[in-house]
Amino acid sequence: MATGYLSVTSGERLDRGAIPRLDFEELRAGALQIVGEGGKVVQFFVFEEGDHLELIAVLRTDKLLVASAEAPARFTSLSADCEVFQLFEREIAEQYGLVPEGHPWLKMVRYHPNSTGLPDVFGNDYAEDIPGRYDYYSVGGEEIHEVAVGPVHAGVIEPGHFRFNCIGERVLHLEIHLGYQHRGIEAMIPGLPPARLVSLVEGIAGDTAVGHSLCFSQAVEALTGRQPDRPSRILRTIGLELERLANHTGDLGALSGDVAFLPPANYCGRMRGDFLNMSLWLCGSRFGKGLVRPGGVGTALVDEDRATIKARLAALRPQVEHVIDLIFNAPSVQARFEGCGVVSREDADHLGLVGPAGRASGLPYDVRRCFPTEHYPELSIPEHPMTSGDVFARSRIRADEIIQSMDIVETLLEEPVRTEAVDGEVGGLTPSSFVVTLNEAWRGEVSHCLLTDREGRIQRYKIKDPSFHNWNGLAMALRDTGISDFPLNNKSFNLSYCGCDL
Amino acid sequence: MYNVMKNRFEQGCRTSPYPDARVELPPRYRGLPRLDGEAARELVERCAAACPQDALDAAGRTIDLGRCVACGHCEHLSGGEYVVFSQRFELGTAERQHLVTDGSLPDLTAHSKQHLKKLFGRSLQLRQVSAAGCNACEADLNVLATPFFDLARFGINFVASPRHADAVVVTGPVSRNMKAALLATYEAMPAPKVVIAVGNCTISGGIFRGSPEIADGLESLLPVDLFIPGCPPHPMTNLHALLSYFKKVRVA
Repeated sequence: MATGYLSVTSGERLDRGAIPRLDFEELRAGALQIVGEGGKVVQFFVFEEGDHLELIAVLRTDKLLVASAEAPARFTSLSADCEVFQLFEREIAEQYGLVPEGHPWLKMVRYHPNSTGLPDVFGNDYAEDIPGRYDYYSVGGEEIHEVAVGPVHAGVIEPGHFRFNCIGERVLHLEIHLGYQHRGIEAMIPGLPPARLVSLVEGIAGDTAVGHSLCFSQAVEALTGRQPDRPSRILRTIGLELERLANHTGDLGALSGDVAFLPPANYCGRMRGDFLNMSLWLCGSRFGKGLVRPGGVGTALVDEDRATIKARLAALRPQVEHVIDLIFNAPSVQARFEGCGVVSREDADHLGLVGPAGRASGLPYDVRRCFPTEHYPELSIPEHPMTSGDVFARSRIRADEIIQSMDIVETLLEEPVRTEAVDGEVGGLTPSSFVVTLNEAWRGEVSHCLLTDREGRIQRYKIKDPSFHNWNGLAMALRDTGISDFPLNNKSFNLSYCGCDL
Repeated sequence: MYNVMKNRFEQGCRTSPYPDARVELPPRYRGLPRLDGEAARELVERCAAACPQDALDAAGRTIDLGRCVACGHCEHLSGGEYVVFSQRFELGTAERQHLVTDGSLPDLTAHSKQHLKKLFGRSLQLRQVSAAGCNACEADLNVLATPFFDLARFGINFVASPRHADAVVVTGPVSRNMKAALLATYEAMPAPKVVIAVGNCTISGGIFRGSPEIADGLESLLPVDLFIPGCPPHPMTNLHALLSYFKKVRVA
């Protein structure tokens, strides 16, 4: 059956008029059909258009599909039939005051008033501080106890609240409530001078600065026609892989530390720094801030830079490989990783998990292979065979991706690439346009949507971090798991609070 | 066991010689900027107008390090004739207004509160609160525990409870949703409750400045003792500031 959705590619500019405008019920039926046949949600958001609200859905199968509809004030929830929409619908209810009727767990996502002035869907008075008025899911019974953790955690970590319902040590249910990191980024963007945007998007999630700035720059490039040249695309690909290397290496060390195997924890901490320092060498920031700029890169790369990174990587690579070997061959590590925090393929599929967390449960999706951008069309990204969905799988995938990313960076450094630094101007966006961009950052699919109005101003900017999909995966992993395994599971996902809270 | 020892041997000793010897940062790192006082007025004004963060003051020929995110736009624009970023990572100050500079910063050791050196010179326990940061500042504070920086060798540690903390290290622009938790953490600390602001968001709102969801700089909520600017501050900037402000060691 035809769904009425239009196929679009990542980074392709569409005239707003070209987006199929369906009746809401048609859009809903089409979305449920596409997801029912194995599709997933990339974006599902609302924006203000004159005197009414519009809804845009971007779904993915082996293609990207887009459609829009006028958003009704009350509509039948899609989440009731299909779990992947649940957080998107809650976000819409919070941002615009629309009511998805029949939503199984309609709570706010971040705690802020809506922009339309409609009555608050959650009955909150925002003059009161968070947590506001909502109940946590609670399990009844005499022997049930609840454990509340956060927002301030016992470490140098971002804030969030975790509520465990336990019987003894066993977790029956974990509910994760975020919002403490909400900075109002999406609401800020349309009113900001364009020159501030490049630095702002690098701060959506600082550990994914390259991933988010790639999505932003590709969106701007689609609407200005100023495309990066091949050397810039190669350097941007190197930047994204270095970001993956640093984060995966750091997390493997932390995972090892969480099971009390301390030598790799220290080695990985230092080696993560070596990867960060490669980014520092290339662009002046350990987090790749300033590397990606609309239209190219912010760095004038010369042969000497390539030689420096090549030599550093050549020295580091054997150490990384040996430490990975040390971690995964330690019986104490194996005993704690294997079978801990299992997310079944079925659950992962229902929740729409992305990135290494999804791949660990047998969902092969990887943006670098499925919707490649930058230099990825010329690289081969293999499917990963892990399926056990436990801490072991999530760690092993990270380790394998470290090796793979080092291969990629080594290959790309062979190319005799020189880049020019661009000033990264954002102005001159094509009016009345729409673009969606996707990239595989280290946590998985990052996606941005940019809509311009008739004057070429940004009318709506929508950001989605992979963590938005994956937090529920962590909650699911904790079911029937000992509460003392929470830190280990948490680290195996290592999701972003600020990327989710925006 | 053999594997553990083999790796230990391969890894070697990685601890930085700092503060006894200097650490050099690579050429593209943008540390303390120098502003050319002789630069043409037109150029100075053009740079100030173009600064995305409004960090440059054309009349005073100064830059506000509490706002500058070292994007390098002014250096690029002036072709090195007005603003030039150096590799100096020593950026911490004891006063907010010290961050407004023409390229020289006062000696932090001389401006630190001497009674704090006496109290915490040998042992300093920090409680970190992330208040809507992007996690880059947090990450580059975390690395101070890695073998290269090895903060613990100076008697400085991050602790879990504010009850055990001498100082609170705040990162992020303090969202409305984190304000209550931050103030409760501060309340729970024993006197003298030292406050350290790490990163430009914390100091001025940084890249999020102007959002109604954040505070207008940490100083609007708490009395700040030590300012460590950057987006994020390099770990060496953090280390230098902590050692200079609290310790009696001489930094190279």
